[in-house]
Amino acid sequence: MKKKILSAVVGVAAVAGMGATAASAATLDDVKAKGFVQCGVSTGLAGFSAPNDAGDWSGIDVDLCRGVAAAVFGDASAVKFSPLSAKERFTALQSGEIDVLSRNTTWTMSRDTQLGLNFAGVNYYDGQGFMVRKSLGVNSALQLSGASVCVQTGTTTELNLTDYFKANDMTYNPVVFEKLEEVNAAYDANRCDVYTTDQSGLYSIRLGLSAPDEHMVLPEVISKEPLGPVVRQGDDQWFNIVKWVHFAMLNAEEMGVTSENVDEMANSTDPNVMRLLGKEGTFGDSIGVSNDWAYNVIKEVGNYGEVFERNVGASTPLAIGRGVNALWSKGGLQYAPPIR
Amino acid sequence: MAHQEGVVADADDSGRVSLMNDPKARGLVFQVLLIIFVLFLVYSGVTNAIDNLARAGIASGLGFFGERAGFDIGQSFIPYTNDSTYLRAFFVGLLNTMVVAIIGIFFATIIGFIVGLARLSKNYLVQKFATVYVETLRNIPLLLQLLFWYKAVLSILPSPRQVGLEPGAEVVFSLNNRGLYMPRIVPEAGASLILYAVIIAIVAWVFIGRWARKRQMATGQQFPVFLTGLGLIIVLPLLAYLVTGMPLSLEYASLQGFNMVDGWVVQPEFMALLLGLSLYTASFIAEIVRAGILAVSHGQSEAAFALGIRPNLTSRLVIVPQAMRVIIPPLTSQYLNLTKNSSLAVAIGYPDLVSIFGGTVLNQTGQAVEVISITMLVYLTLSLLTSAFMNWFNSSVALVER
Repeated sequence: MKKKILSAVVGVAAVAGMGATAASAATLDDVKAKGFVQCGVSTGLAGFSAPNDAGDWSGIDVDLCRGVAAAVFGDASAVKFSPLSAKERFTALQSGEIDVLSRNTTWTMSRDTQLGLNFAGVNYYDGQGFMVRKSLGVNSALQLSGASVCVQTGTTTELNLTDYFKANDMTYNPVVFEKLEEVNAAYDANRCDVYTTDQSGLYSIRLGLSAPDEHMVLPEVISKEPLGPVVRQGDDQWFNIVKWVHFAMLNAEEMGVTSENVDEMANSTDPNVMRLLGKEGTFGDSIGVSNDWAYNVIKEVGNYGEVFERNVGASTPLAIGRGVNALWSKGGLQYAPPIR
Repeated sequence: MAHQEGVVADADDSGRVSLMNDPKARGLVFQVLLIIFVLFLVYSGVTNAIDNLARAGIASGLGFFGERAGFDIGQSFIPYTNDSTYLRAFFVGLLNTMVVAIIGIFFATIIGFIVGLARLSKNYLVQKFATVYVETLRNIPLLLQLLFWYKAVLSILPSPRQVGLEPGAEVVFSLNNRGLYMPRIVPEAGASLILYAVIIAIVAWVFIGRWARKRQMATGQQFPVFLTGLGLIIVLPLLAYLVTGMPLSLEYASLQGFNMVDGWVVQPEFMALLLGLSLYTASFIAEIVRAGILAVSHGQSEAAFALGIRPNLTSRLVIVPQAMRVIIPPLTSQYLNLTKNSSLAVAIGYPDLVSIFGGTVLNQTGQAVEVISITMLVYLTLSLLTSAFMNWFNSSVALVER
């Protein structure tokens, strides 16, 4: 009896002591030690993060994680995915279960400042919209007063919805679910008149409904939804890596470096391209990865334009135009600071 | 750490020196040690959590309760708008949980008793039907059953437009995939008298019951308590209704635009959850009831029959009172289970405590530790209250041993 208690005390004291002293180690070291990047994604949102026909994760958000893996390991496949509901995502990141959250997550001030997290850029500028059945004969969101609205819990969507209906003096009946699939099923079963989420999401979800052609996305965009990758606050090195992987992909598009011509471009004498591809300077070292980090990202994943076209662009069922997600030089908002 | 080792060393000394052979003292020492150890665990856990939250830059504390919630809730028994506070949202969720639990317990008990008795029936068909019911429902996970009922409710029922309701026309009763719509009773000035009449009738019923029992003990004469009580509870409010000039009116539901408005609505999420919870728990209660009745020895009913007591009275006065003391303790567990299982509502979109508070509020505030702890505390409190009530009830029906 005495012995048992003694050993139990010692054991638990050891555990408690470990908990107290375990300072947050550098994420990059952890990632290197385990050999892969643990990436938090959605439970299935076509174009952003969803398993494809072959069972591999694909999408804009997924490609960002692959880019990070390519920068760190030179291997875009050194990444594992954790599908997370909207409700689980921040806790998973805070607790260290994942290294980066790339899950169509809206950058807001409260999330940036109160959750112990940092947003590492915007990889998709989105806005919240509404989807309805064509048979309702509605062509504007301002006609939706009195409707039942299906929405996912734990999202900015839920709050924007309230604000929009309030501002326009309309009423509605919220039907709130935790998981995306549950919202989809309820809307498909006609539990709600309206489905609301980010517009890109609506196009993606519409594809999965039993009769996509019977639904339409209303023209109104009721909010700003800058979606981007998130990392833990307090680890600037890792923050820099994720941030600059995104910027490298944007810079590559701007300079015309693609996954196909990156080997030729490596011989370029343009100093901008040379700095991007690690022929000049030590930009890789400064963020703790090899000097050809951006080369690897572009070679294995592609530049931002390629990623966009491959996942949500005109050639995909989603057929979303570049719109505000075009480069700044082409009238959009995507703008990366120079590598210099 | 040093502190801990010190305590352990002290314990060794005190045991070895003087009180080694006194089991009471030895036990006491170990119990005190254990308490210190547990307190230390709790303390280090809490301080660790606070430290880690602070270091990670995550907001903590309960200040968020006073902030504006900013989201809407589909079903609320108290006034709530998106301008209400998080605290009010918490109470909305708590009430929604309690309502579904209480109504669920009510139906589960009734269905459970009926099925339990049916399993003991001599009628082959009834008995087999009850057996199939019990064996099917208690062996399928509740979550699946809830999803089934939700899908069943939603996919069988048509939408309000498909029912062919005329827009704007008042409907007395309508069941569609937006809910079960019935007229709502709207009280007008003076209607409170009717409520008082109901309360007076109930109180009178209780007193008549006591008086009748006393009289029967003294004189042996019986009094139709049930019929009198029923009469009172119908006649008194009716009188009050007429006297106050009929101050109640009905508000009918009607189809306006997308949805039904006005009237009294039972939402499909609530229906599915109630169906799932009551049917599932009823299958366990049925077995408890059956066990309770079988636990009463056959000799008891034979003795009652031998005394010339009719079968009806035999079960009411002899069998059931003895069965109850076997039934009630496990029944309490089932009530607790039902209450806790109601948290599965989150899967079918019913706005219960877990969905509103542990879901939306947690996400909008990001304060997982506080929110989850409070949610757990609430369920603990609900369970302890239920348990306390059932213990009281148990002691009131327990056999008095003489």
